[in-house]
Amino acid sequence: MKLDPVLRQFGAAAMAGLLLGSAPSALFAETPADTLVIADAIDDIVALDPGEAYEFSGLDVVNNVYDGLIELDPTQQGAMVPGLAESWSVSDDGLTFTFKMKPGVTFASGNPVRAEDAAWSLQRAIKLNKSPAFILGQFGWTAENVDSMVTADGDTLTLKVDQAYAPTFLYNCLTSGVASVVDKELVMPNEVAGDFGNEWLKSNSAGTGAYVLKSFKPNEGYILEANPTHWRGPAKIAKVFMQHVPEAATQRLQLEKGDIDIARELTPVDIEGMAGNADVKVQADVGGQIFYLAFNHKNEQYKNEKLLDAMRWAIDYEGMANSFLKGNMVVHQAYLPNGYLGALEDTPYHLDIEKAKALVAESGIENPKIVMDVRNATDRMEMAQSIQNTFGQAGITVELNIGEGAEQLKRYRARQHDATLQSWGPDYPDPHTNASAFSMNANNADDAGTGGLAYRNAYDPGEWHGKTEAAVMERDGDKRKAMYEEIQQAHRSTSPFIVMFQIGYQTGLRANVMDFHTGGATDSAAYWLVTK
Amino acid sequence: MSEDLDPSRLFDFVKKALGLAVSLFVTFIGLLFVTFIIARIVPIDPVLSILGDRATDAQIAAERLRLGLDEPMWKQFGIYVWQALQGDFGISIRTREPVIEEIARYFPATLELATIATVFGVLLGVPAGVLAATKPGSWADQIVRLVGLMGYSMPVFWLGLMGLLLFYGILDWVGGPGRLDAAFDMMFQFEVTPHTGMILIDTALAGRWDMFANAVSHIILPAGILGYLSMAYISRMTRSFMMNELGQEYITTARVKGMPERRVIWVHAMKNVMVPLITVIALSYASLLEGAVLTETIFGWPGLGSYITDALMANNMPAVLGGTVVVGVVYIGLNMLSDVLYKLVDPRARA
Repeated sequence: MKLDPVLRQFGAAAMAGLLLGSAPSALFAETPADTLVIADAIDDIVALDPGEAYEFSGLDVVNNVYDGLIELDPTQQGAMVPGLAESWSVSDDGLTFTFKMKPGVTFASGNPVRAEDAAWSLQRAIKLNKSPAFILGQFGWTAENVDSMVTADGDTLTLKVDQAYAPTFLYNCLTSGVASVVDKELVMPNEVAGDFGNEWLKSNSAGTGAYVLKSFKPNEGYILEANPTHWRGPAKIAKVFMQHVPEAATQRLQLEKGDIDIARELTPVDIEGMAGNADVKVQADVGGQIFYLAFNHKNEQYKNEKLLDAMRWAIDYEGMANSFLKGNMVVHQAYLPNGYLGALEDTPYHLDIEKAKALVAESGIENPKIVMDVRNATDRMEMAQSIQNTFGQAGITVELNIGEGAEQLKRYRARQHDATLQSWGPDYPDPHTNASAFSMNANNADDAGTGGLAYRNAYDPGEWHGKTEAAVMERDGDKRKAMYEEIQQAHRSTSPFIVMFQIGYQTGLRANVMDFHTGGATDSAAYWLVTK
Repeated sequence: MSEDLDPSRLFDFVKKALGLAVSLFVTFIGLLFVTFIIARIVPIDPVLSILGDRATDAQIAAERLRLGLDEPMWKQFGIYVWQALQGDFGISIRTREPVIEEIARYFPATLELATIATVFGVLLGVPAGVLAATKPGSWADQIVRLVGLMGYSMPVFWLGLMGLLLFYGILDWVGGPGRLDAAFDMMFQFEVTPHTGMILIDTALAGRWDMFANAVSHIILPAGILGYLSMAYISRMTRSFMMNELGQEYITTARVKGMPERRVIWVHAMKNVMVPLITVIALSYASLLEGAVLTETIFGWPGLGSYITDALMANNMPAVLGGTVVVGVVYIGLNMLSDVLYKLVDPRARA
């Protein structure tokens, strides 16, 4: 048999192509020594302007490119440290906060950091009114009054608030990305049609952070370069290259080969598969998202405390966390995630079918039935099936209503569900974020449409609404913490919510990569401490 | 005599061109109609996807008004068509950038990948199909059919991961995921002007042959895998078309006249095989241009397929619809093109 000449020729060409291709890749098998190469799914990025960024991946960039007046210590979960403010104080009436700026700090552009920049940045965020603006709006700041509420004089920044909130509430909110200090002199010349430079900051940065944004391509990646004049001292690694790699198995391959230093989107299967490879290591963290069951009080049976209690004892928390959720979730049974002020770390409930059965009998409800909305995502459906199974053993029939997330969200907000399996991520690093959602409901009428989680389940928290309101005003930090603990104790034993899990993250790193902090539940990733 | 001087022929041509334009337009409007209906039928609230979980009812009402969702359906459709004709598919909910600009950024990556894959598929698939058809039952035929069957039945997801594991992970012959190595990617972003968005062309235009070679090492595996799938399809179709032609009387006549077998196959039979084959190739090319979603995901390839999928996951309907319309236009365009080519190769259609 003779090969057709065309085929023969092309076969040779194809081989040549393969060989040609193989040479350069061999040259760059290792990552450059001065560059940290990270693979992650970063398609959630909407904006890199600190006044707009509100997604995990975008806030990671903001955290490394900008600083706030007050910062969270990346090495210690929840610990506050001075950022661009050297010191701060609050007036006796609790309505005026004064910040003294750290002297001698400059932006990456070389411009000095002034109190005026800090004031302008907060005013800007309020006036831009993008997704995260409400975090600052909670202090009574509006586009109309913010210029008089937030003022600068010399090296002093003065913040006036509309009510005597807990000082820690303001401080915690000031650690979030939206409160970052932006270089006014650099940004304003790039303003287009009153956008405060929002368009320009899509692909440029104007901060004091350890890195400067060099390039950003959506769904491809971004490049950061160390800011040599950074006030904490220059970052250990000169460049950060983030590559958008959505597929976990691909990330694992790159990590094991040494083409990347950090893989942030690995699945438990990949983690298990890498065990025994001495070139890589795994770091486990928790994130802020919690997973919970909610029952709509429009259905009278969920006002029966015995039935709710029965369900709390009829969930196989440990069984799920140790099997299909392993590495993805940790058992957590109150609405403030670990890492937050006032978080409850104990887990009083566990699977006890006999107890659950007895409670169902005590409830007086014959053969209780539940219709549970579940999003069509694998982990949620697995959770729902486990719950369906154990509830069934306790005598509670569960019918699953599986659907698309956005569709179910619409039903949930309109209070049309019976029961639902949901997740919730905190909006800012203060306990009020979740407490207000789960424990406050000012108006339980159908047309109120406030969107809070208590409202969505037609749950009237009674006295706990007022206590939650009081907690956000409590000026003594320790007392405030105790109040949240008390509120959550009550919430987890009386409300129609069952919090089950807090999300966990597993990061894969090359063995030589040290001091990578993901920020846990409250903060974002810090690249500037990393060495390799 | 020159044909184009004949007035009746000229009239014919104008009539045909007009007919083509009208059918293009009608197809396009039909495509827009279908996407419009899909957008209204899916139980995803566009307002909620824009404003997110935390919005209040008042904000939702205001946004609904702003999007024109309170207008009657026919008017909404009219606005949609008018904007689409101007290349305006709305603003991406995620990035708040015009969808058309985003597509213009993602499409070249897909175009590059699909073109190379189709070239692979045609250059290998057609000769393989011919070879198999001329010696049916021979071991060459069996191999072509087996290779084709494997290409048909193996999930591309698995093929992609195995390919990466073998050629990148173990043998180190090719580059990994992404369009360039990290170091080259950083250089590329600062040192090369993206004229076309296609990395091979841009690096070649810039004369950066080191980067070009690296880009080749990255594209060769995904393009090879897609090319293999395309080859499997093309070789199988070529084989059956060719076998069909070889059984025709004109072939027997040619053979009887003593024409060399090579000429019988490659000139006489091939001419007729080309007609249906062009449609097959165009369809296979179009399906690759639509974006090989799984391949793009595995290889971290920033193409149209992963763009549309990501948009779908994020309930970003303007992006999904814009992407769908572009894919539809590609299909219509390639269909038209294959019609034109068809007329060029087929003497009967030319008359």
